[in-house]
Amino acid sequence: MSTSLDPVAFLTRTRRPGRVGVTDILSWLWLIGGTLAVLIPVAWAGLSSLKPEAEITRFPPTLLPRAAVQKTVTGFENPLSLWKVTVDGETREMAMVRRIGLKAQMVDPNEPGKPVSIDVKDISPVQQLTAATENYTDPLTKFDFLTFLKNSVFVTFVATILTLIVNALAAFALSKYRFRGDKAIFVLIISTLMIPLTVVMVPAYLVVVGVGLVDNLWGIIIPTIASPTGVFLLRQYMLTIPDELIEAARVDAASEFRIFWRIILPLTAPALAVLAIFSILWRWNDFLWPLIVLSSRENFTLQVGLNAFQGEFSVQWHYILAMTFLSLLPVTIVFFFLQKYITTGIAGTGMK
Amino acid sequence: MSTPRIATLADRTLDFVMRLVEAPINGFEWLFGRKRMPYLFLAPNLVLFGIFTFLPIAIAVGYAFTGGTELFVADRPFVGFDNFRQLLACEDYSSPGSCRESLFWTAIWNTLWFVGFNVAATLLVALVTALILNRAIAACGFFRAVFFYPVLLSPVVIGLIWKWFLDRNGLLNAFLQMLGVPPEIFLLDVGWSRFFVVVVSVWFHMGFYTLILLAGLQAIPKDLYEAAAIDAASPRRTLLRITLPLLGPNLLVVLILLMIRSVQIFDEAWVLTNGGGPGTANSFIVQYIYQMAFGSDLRLFGLASAASVLMGVVLLILTLIQLRLGRRMES
Amino acid sequence: MGELKLTGVNKAFGALTVLHDINLTIEDGKFVVFVGPSGCGKSTLLRIIAGLEDISAGGIEIGGRDVGRFSPAERRIAMVFQSYALYPHMSVRKNLAFGLENLKFKRSEIEARIQEAARMLAIEPYLDRKPRQLSGGQRQRVAIGRAIVRNPDIFLFDEPLSNLDAALRVQTRAEITRLHRELKTTMIYVTHDQVEAMTMADQIVVLNSGRIEQVGTPLELFDNPRNLFVAGFLGSPRMNMLKGTVTAIEDGSVAIDVGYRIALPAKLDPAGARIGQPVLAGIRPAHFTLSQEEGLPFIVQYHESLGTETYVYGTLDGQSEQIIIHQAGHFAPKAGGRLFLMPMPERLHVFDPDTGLALPRAVEEPRRVHEHA
Ligand SMILES: Nc1ncnc2c1ncn2[C@@H]1O[C@H](COP(=O)(O)OP(=O)(O)OP(=O)(O)O)[C@@H](O)[C@H]1O
Ligand SMILES: [Mg+2]
Repeated sequence: MSTSLDPVAFLTRTRRPGRVGVTDILSWLWLIGGTLAVLIPVAWAGLSSLKPEAEITRFPPTLLPRAAVQKTVTGFENPLSLWKVTVDGETREMAMVRRIGLKAQMVDPNEPGKPVSIDVKDISPVQQLTAATENYTDPLTKFDFLTFLKNSVFVTFVATILTLIVNALAAFALSKYRFRGDKAIFVLIISTLMIPLTVVMVPAYLVVVGVGLVDNLWGIIIPTIASPTGVFLLRQYMLTIPDELIEAARVDAASEFRIFWRIILPLTAPALAVLAIFSILWRWNDFLWPLIVLSSRENFTLQVGLNAFQGEFSVQWHYILAMTFLSLLPVTIVFFFLQKYITTGIAGTGMK
Repeated sequence: MSTPRIATLADRTLDFVMRLVEAPINGFEWLFGRKRMPYLFLAPNLVLFGIFTFLPIAIAVGYAFTGGTELFVADRPFVGFDNFRQLLACEDYSSPGSCRESLFWTAIWNTLWFVGFNVAATLLVALVTALILNRAIAACGFFRAVFFYPVLLSPVVIGLIWKWFLDRNGLLNAFLQMLGVPPEIFLLDVGWSRFFVVVVSVWFHMGFYTLILLAGLQAIPKDLYEAAAIDAASPRRTLLRITLPLLGPNLLVVLILLMIRSVQIFDEAWVLTNGGGPGTANSFIVQYIYQMAFGSDLRLFGLASAASVLMGVVLLILTLIQLRLGRRMES
Repeated sequence: MGELKLTGVNKAFGALTVLHDINLTIEDGKFVVFVGPSGCGKSTLLRIIAGLEDISAGGIEIGGRDVGRFSPAERRIAMVFQSYALYPHMSVRKNLAFGLENLKFKRSEIEARIQEAARMLAIEPYLDRKPRQLSGGQRQRVAIGRAIVRNPDIFLFDEPLSNLDAALRVQTRAEITRLHRELKTTMIYVTHDQVEAMTMADQIVVLNSGRIEQVGTPLELFDNPRNLFVAGFLGSPRMNMLKGTVTAIEDGSVAIDVGYRIALPAKLDPAGARIGQPVLAGIRPAHFTLSQEEGLPFIVQYHESLGTETYVYGTLDGQSEQIIIHQAGHFAPKAGGRLFLMPMPERLHVFDPDTGLALPRAVEEPRRVHEHA
């Protein structure tokens, strides 16, 4: 087997068991490099979100969240921070009382006596791993984070349920009936795929104002319910359900709606699951439209709220990162469990 | 025999609720006949599409030709092509400063540069990754999942994560310091910030395009490669003569899709660059529309709509090309 | 109750007319089979009766009610589909109950009917399984059960056995016949398998290109096919056709010259034939007698022995069309050998090649039932 460095060969050669060529090594390097590129920024943000406020702006930063060890020393009211002190080639742990310029006043925590003055260049902090949970609990209690979370959950949940029902009904009509205008309506619905929100956001905003839903959670739910992607996905799936089942149900005296409810919906479950996942991700991650429609803080969704936070607390990264991580968590969990459905669903429809 | 009884009880309750829901719908069927039911089923969808998609299109056109700051089209004075004239009035299109709407032209040029670099970079990275993943590598599923993960994240989250990564006290600067390079505030530098907007965009979306290209690659019959191997074709020839031609239609679709999405860059760039900074270095066309319409108290809906209409036309052309390609691919 | 009457039924899909002027009356309690080649409109006719398809013109009555505008349920029919069309997400019990629930039957009544049908079809052990956990034959029985619980006026079957293997098909065929005897309900059964048609039917309706070719009991159709199509369609192997000319007409008999200086006597109505008329003489394989020196010269190509009977394939001397003859028991003529065939005169079918219609027979005399191929 040639081990040339030809980049084309590197990309196209298929793996053979038992041989490890340069191509394989390069492939693995690419993949591992890519994996690191994906994971490092996320992991870094995650680790940082656990750092206490004092630590987060330290440069150069520590990789893991750490904090100075505090110790109560008899004779001092407040706990003091522990430092490693090197004097005359000997290293000891001492507590810092105060720091004046380049000198630090230190005491031995075990035998507290008169503080001694030591050069700051001879000391280094004693740290331990911490998790600054207050980064997470503070936003939940002090700020409006819980409101944002509640709004996002409400919007995601309600919009997804309605998306499933409304689009499944339309897909049922377009896949299982022949009626005047069926093709035209299908084309009309699919053509709305071509009209991205960014193009109609200004007049769509006006419509929302017109129907009185501005600065209202329903104003971001209702306009997103009808989904051409959803209709298309469900219709393609329903086409594979044999018509004979519907005829059998008609012979069985089922009304058309009963056929939809009792026969079609249960049998469309896999496609509904895919659409549900899509819808959850869309609604959870939506930013521009809620940004336009929502104006008062108590109506903000998580994404809009996060954006507002970073404007207000631009230096309080410990809070911002913690909230970022909280909003990323549900998506990550969904992905972890449903990864296979999501990827095959997207590969199958070419949409997201 | 208590479980079946509970089951029937639950059944009955459900049945009762169902009957309440279906009663009016069945009433419609009884009144108008089974043949009319599809219209009823389509109604909610069509009403929503009508109100929130088709009506806005009509209004957008109305807005583009009216001026003032009034909200309702009827209240707005008709200004003909003034909005378009204002957008397009320019002495030298290559230098936005000479244009009447210099912000618009800055946004257009920024968007064009972004689209160019982003499309090229994403396509390259996605294609290489897809080709590697297609080589029946162990743990292919794991890598595919990892690369796909960012696709699911929200643009705001991604903007914030990267903002922190690129922060003055961020990991990148820490790493550079280890190498002895002085720290840099990347997002306040015009060149670096533009570069990282592309990096973040590639990072965000490449998994999606990888997935589509991978599906295309896996649809190429394996026996073609076996035949090529028997014919002793070199890897380069196999790539150029078999893989790429057969992947061609997928590549084109991905290319157009990428363009359509890149033109609409907004969310993650907005968060990452604090609204297009430094200055207007990362101000893109959607941001221009947003700012004209909602960003200030001016509410220049006319100008914003005119810009939307122009962008809509470009996107429509791209989409029609994509549909054409899609149809050709099917046949 | 289950009497069906179709008058002047027409059905068109767009510009394509698939059923032409169908007139048919089916008496209550009869087992009627629709046969015909693929695409002739059997399923369409059945679906029209079921109310799954609208009629373009004509009328349809069930039990004296005009049901043209009725939904399938209102027509009180039940249907068994070719693919069974069992609801895959429901257990067998739910499948059987679905129709009754829709009709708002009482729980206890539903349960009783399910038990009754399950007992009748021996599907009690499977009541709580899903359709995919059943074999083809079991699914078939569930599909029939779903029809039975409805207690319909008419059962409709669309090729219900075509997905079963040969052995199961014979068994289920017998079961459906037994069911018909027990229930005494009108059954309409679509098939393109003529063995099913011949063995199950009280009455066969032969369809071709959207038209009814002939209606009658199996033996009527076998013995007196009204035209070339019916003659060729029923009976296996198919009827042999010889070109000939009418040469003489006597009282009660017509002589047909089929070459080889042999005139076949046929029992035809003299008024229906004229001298010099070209005809096609049809003889079923079983209706030849063999002789050593007299008759149509037949060159043997090969034969198939089934043990109890033998089919011999060959041609008439100098002709290319294949002729098949049937002999009981063992019979092994040499390939290339020559036999002489004599058609049985009373079994001769004579057709006008232009219209395809059979020439009218001489006044019927009662005939014994005979075995057929
Ligand atoms: N929905 C339809 N639209 C258009 N043409 C149809 C439709 N259904 C059936 N046909 C046509 O009507 C004719 C009769 O079809 P039908 O299904 O009744 O045939 P069949 O006798 O049941 O055949 P088979 O034995 O193959 O089931 C066929 O030519 C078919 O193409
Ligand atoms: Mg059929």
